[in-house]
Amino acid sequence: MSKDIRIKKGLNINLVGAAEQTISKAVLSNVYALNLDDFHGITPKMLVKEKAEIKAGEALFYNKNREDMLFVSPVSGELIEIERGARRRILTLKILADKAQQNLKQEILDISSASSQELKTYLLRGGCWPFIKQRPYDIIADPDTVPKAIFVSGYTTAPLAADYDFILQGKEKELQAAITALGKMTPGKIHVSVGKSSHSSLAGLDGIELHRVSGPHPAGLVGTQINKVDPINKGEVVWTVTPQDLVIIGELLLTGIFNPERTAALAGSCVKAPKYYKTKIGAEISTFLYASGVNSDDFRLINGDVLTGTKTQPDGYLGFYNTTVTAIPEGDDYEFFGWNKPIFNKISATRALTFSWMQPNKKYDLTTNTNGEHRAFVVTGMYEKVFPLDIYPLQLLKACMVKDLDEMEQLGLYEVAPEDFSLTEFVCISKQPHQQIIREGLDLLHKEIG
Amino acid sequence: MSDKRLTLKKRLHILKHRFRGKKMAPAFNAFHTFLFAPDETTHSGSHIRAADDLKRTMNTVIMALVPILVFSMFNAGYQHFAAIDAANGVARELSLLDNFFTWENLWIGITQVLPLVIVSYGVGLIIEFIFAVIKGHEVEEGYLVTGMLVPLIVPVDTPLWMLAVAVAFGVVIGKEVFGGTGMNILNPALTIRAFLFFAYPTWMSGDKVWVHGAVERAGGPDAISGETILGYLAQNKGAEMSATYDIWDMFWGFIPGSVGETSTFLILLGGLFLIFSKIASWRIMVSAVVGSLVMGLIFNGVVDAGWITETSNFYGLMSFEFWKHLIVGGLAFGIVYMATDPVTGSQTNRGKWIYGFLIGFLSVMIRVFNPAYPEGVFLAILLMNVFAPTIDHYVIRGNVARRLKRLKNATIFPKDSDSKEEELKVETV
Repeated sequence: MSKDIRIKKGLNINLVGAAEQTISKAVLSNVYALNLDDFHGITPKMLVKEKAEIKAGEALFYNKNREDMLFVSPVSGELIEIERGARRRILTLKILADKAQQNLKQEILDISSASSQELKTYLLRGGCWPFIKQRPYDIIADPDTVPKAIFVSGYTTAPLAADYDFILQGKEKELQAAITALGKMTPGKIHVSVGKSSHSSLAGLDGIELHRVSGPHPAGLVGTQINKVDPINKGEVVWTVTPQDLVIIGELLLTGIFNPERTAALAGSCVKAPKYYKTKIGAEISTFLYASGVNSDDFRLINGDVLTGTKTQPDGYLGFYNTTVTAIPEGDDYEFFGWNKPIFNKISATRALTFSWMQPNKKYDLTTNTNGEHRAFVVTGMYEKVFPLDIYPLQLLKACMVKDLDEMEQLGLYEVAPEDFSLTEFVCISKQPHQQIIREGLDLLHKEIG
Repeated sequence: MSDKRLTLKKRLHILKHRFRGKKMAPAFNAFHTFLFAPDETTHSGSHIRAADDLKRTMNTVIMALVPILVFSMFNAGYQHFAAIDAANGVARELSLLDNFFTWENLWIGITQVLPLVIVSYGVGLIIEFIFAVIKGHEVEEGYLVTGMLVPLIVPVDTPLWMLAVAVAFGVVIGKEVFGGTGMNILNPALTIRAFLFFAYPTWMSGDKVWVHGAVERAGGPDAISGETILGYLAQNKGAEMSATYDIWDMFWGFIPGSVGETSTFLILLGGLFLIFSKIASWRIMVSAVVGSLVMGLIFNGVVDAGWITETSNFYGLMSFEFWKHLIVGGLAFGIVYMATDPVTGSQTNRGKWIYGFLIGFLSVMIRVFNPAYPEGVFLAILLMNVFAPTIDHYVIRGNVARRLKRLKNATIFPKDSDSKEEELKVETV
């Protein structure tokens, strides 16, 4: 049927160290933290002071531009530190967890009879609203907008990322509750995608339009699916939620409790025993990283997958939106004649004495080395091979770089998020920072127009 | 061995930090990154990057050019001695081992072709380094290919000082004033070629400069001919030409011409390698071939229809069979190595089809109608370089128009807050 999405352009990046599909329980973290960089474009206003005692699910701060949008604590305990950066900008909030956890319980709402407005208020108050993101601009959704559709991608194609089919097992009830509630907030459809032959818990839900997706990365990115199913036009708004966040939303709706539990994949070639851990948002990564063990001193730890995640440290904390933690070797070493000798151990989108095309299923151990220096855009036609959206990627990037608002708008900046450019960034011969360029372009457009 | 390499690596690493922030840092880094791929790691966005960089890309093009350079060195000698034989009335039968791949021929190549390569790289790279140091950016790799292309597209007897002046002009005016590699509008190698052609027209055209020795012997008792095939045709001496060269000479490249343009066979191999390695655009190559065939067919048709007679100046070139245009002159070389330059060519896939087609089409057209000089590839490509942004503009407008058309059916819902305000307004009224 035409609802299926088949992606041809793209590139699967097969890496060593995929998480084995077994779940271990991570040891309890002493300290939990929220990293405020996770909430792009939000100016926080604190609701509690340092040293205050708070319950799990109790609000820590709100959005300055939207007072009813609350951000809640993942655990109960004492707010031990408000870490600030330049100009007193809040960076992280650290909470020392209580031994006995206390939850703030919301009054349970009857989803079937509640109105859209009641549900929105409920999610805003319960701390679940930040899970709902919107396009254009790739920011936390504005609760006042009415989206034309809501997209949920349950298909994992990003390298080493947590497999949704696996981590959503047994979560049907929560997923359904969240979908039913979201369904009231849009007159349009809720598009849910799963892999072509997957038995995902998502596939059996009511009130959704199911899409079976096949093809290489970025087929699993929600931006790719939006572009193929119902592209965003100027003025339109689309919401996106990731499936694991739907589970938390669903649990809040069903039980009244904000339960930030995550089944996170710990993956990457530097992890001795990559597998899944049951942990919580904001938990210290060392609580499960060292349970699996690392086999190198010089590795990069990433909150998220290798293409879109953010750099962190073992004493860093699981990000608000992340279900994957990846550890790969740092590549801070020189390579003798690295630019002209044949390459067998790295992935390439060309065949210029690079041989990854001969073994498409081989798993690679890639490092963080840039494999070359930053240059002006020279080569053309490369990005188009891995970019399935109906957008001219090079031209859009250039429009963002020269801050040409008209051109950005006309070339489709409303439709994309930085993550959609993660693969073009990977293959870029000139080593340009695509995601940063797009992020800055979106911020500019938001400031000037949105 | 590995110990030694480690120390070299470490020593260079220390030096790199010593040079950091200094004026000469770009110059040092150019040598350093030539020896070692840098130790740079990702700072934003994707944490991993693909294996290719600009050096590797440029190096691939150079690899595709090396066989042509080697062949051209032998051919320079072969054409020289063949012309002497012809002038003396000695019949000469081509034999690869006996009179083509010989030391004698190679020596002519070493003394005539190699200096062109050295001057081209020397002058060009010195200017690149100076600009990099002045402007404080890294030495970019663009000239690695340009420097190799230039000696291959000039006549073998081009004086070295002329080449040096042209290279300086081409690199400064053709590239650096626009901001360096990736920013230029015209192909630098062709800018250099065009400068030579327009600055020294009497030297750069005619029937002498194409074979080594023809210029210095001109007018003397031992004068030899350096006429190219297109030169014969432009003078309506087609019969004389075909008595000297057959199709296979043209295809394998045993003909006079610019240094590297003669061997269609090696150019074809290079083109296939570039397509296979995904470095050059096959769209441009294919459409340029089609474009030149179409133009050639049109000219053949004009001749067949009898609209042009043998007395016409254009008869020789117009009656030349359409597909043979591809195996003589610089057309094949231009299509494979020049038209596919990603910086100056069309950047959209659809644009590349149009861009390539017009290059082929115009090349043959200019070749036939150019009264001063029977070749048009470099002019056609330079012309299309100028038009490439326009082609891209219209291709991209197609995408924009599609987006605007979609916008008509957009489903935009008013914000909740908007509708509240409207309700309030109604109440107050």
